[in-house]
Amino acid sequence: MKRSVAILAPTLFVALLLAAWEIACRALNVPPYFLPTPSAIVLALVENAPLLFVSAWRTLSTSLMAFAITGVLAGLAALGAASARLAEASFRPIAIALQVTPIIAIAPLFTVWAGIDHPQVAVVALACVAAFFPMYSGALAGLSAVDPELERLFDLYGASGWQRLTRLKLPSAVPQALEGFKVGLGLALVGAVIGEMLAGSGDQQGLAFRILEASHRMQMPQSFAAVVALAVMAGVLHAAFQALERRLIRWWRGR
Amino acid sequence: MADAAAAALAGVEVDYPGRGRALGPIDFSLAAGEIVALIGPSGCGKSTALRLLAGLEAPTRGQVRRAAGRGETAVVFQSPTLAPWLTATANVSLPLELAGVAGGEARARAAEALRRVGLAGAERARPAQLSGGMAMRASLARALVTSPKVLLLDEPFAALDEITRRQLADDVLALWAVERPAIVFVTHNVEEAVYMAGRVVVMTAGPGRIAGELAVEAPSPRPPGFRTTEGFRHTAERLSEMLRQGMEARA
Repeated sequence: MKRSVAILAPTLFVALLLAAWEIACRALNVPPYFLPTPSAIVLALVENAPLLFVSAWRTLSTSLMAFAITGVLAGLAALGAASARLAEASFRPIAIALQVTPIIAIAPLFTVWAGIDHPQVAVVALACVAAFFPMYSGALAGLSAVDPELERLFDLYGASGWQRLTRLKLPSAVPQALEGFKVGLGLALVGAVIGEMLAGSGDQQGLAFRILEASHRMQMPQSFAAVVALAVMAGVLHAAFQALERRLIRWWRGR
Repeated sequence: MADAAAAALAGVEVDYPGRGRALGPIDFSLAAGEIVALIGPSGCGKSTALRLLAGLEAPTRGQVRRAAGRGETAVVFQSPTLAPWLTATANVSLPLELAGVAGGEARARAAEALRRVGLAGAERARPAQLSGGMAMRASLARALVTSPKVLLLDEPFAALDEITRRQLADDVLALWAVERPAIVFVTHNVEEAVYMAGRVVVMTAGPGRIAGELAVEAPSPRPPGFRTTEGFRHTAERLSEMLRQGMEARA
């Protein structure tokens, strides 16, 4: 009963908003190149489904590739930072600079470095930069979140550095690292979209490219359809990682 | 003392930077196979004394003699301190595996240690699935799995309810009777100290010094109804008095 209400209420609310939007557009004769009706957007979604799928896969695979690369780099950097205070202090300004600098501000540089022939490199690199900080700081926080009494236990039994790393630090880091990686995955997608908007061309036509292309042609229904596709994809990606995270945490904690 | 000392502190002092003297000077000797309770007010440095005996901390001055071999000294901390991602068996076999004992043998010995503390059947349980008392038992099993010569208990029952506490106290005494490790038991509970220990050492308020000590004349493990005997009450009263004097001495 409660559960069905929890699903029904937001569904009805969104339906109401869409209906108001549709009616308002028709009643006020809003031109479709300014604001298309929801029904026109749905139509554009259906008509462009094959193209949108291909574009969505482009953006998704770019994001996932950047996520994987950044996962390795941020993990290694966090390991270095966790093992030596000097390394942590050395990385900190760079990590913070990467975080506070708006990604869009450095995007043009990346497109120049990658060159006109390799837009893919610029897009992936931008997604990597966008995802780096939360993944690094999540992994570092996890590696530093070792129970001090467990650490004392390892001291007591004369554990080696390797045993300490593999049997204490890495397993301790799992929950917080996952949290950071979840944020990083979302930001990798943001980075990929920004990258596509600036460097997207040729074989680099993701959803962001579709949005821009349609807007430039004043095809607002198509543009909206691409936005909807992007939002749905991001939502599914987030939900999928959330589910994975929950399973991993349950495995980690045993319940 | 007929037995050789299993561990000893000689003229030991501990200073913490910014906090000054935390402990000492104290002299303390632990005979093989005896159970000593270390009792004193909060902040008197009794946990520090325990960490010195465990080799987890070095004294600022003085000398520490201890069983330094791998697994010769075991500690049970205030909280169970189990790794949440490991099963009970894997937690208990950890000290063996860190010492390079092969996996199969380590697990077999861990299962045996779990059985001894009454956790047979919980081998595959995770710490999150254990009650507070069971987690403490697992922690005890982990300490016993290396057959230590010296077992250090740092207020191990402080977070447990009275019934579980008493049961665990009896269990510790029963386990002690098998291999007879020397036990140092830190507590701020006078009755627990009298119940558990053959000798109770009273410490003054911080920086902790030894205010005095008292032998508890009774067989161990304790006979049923020991807590209601005249001797038990009398010893507890005298200890309370020593504790009070130890705290006033500083004021």
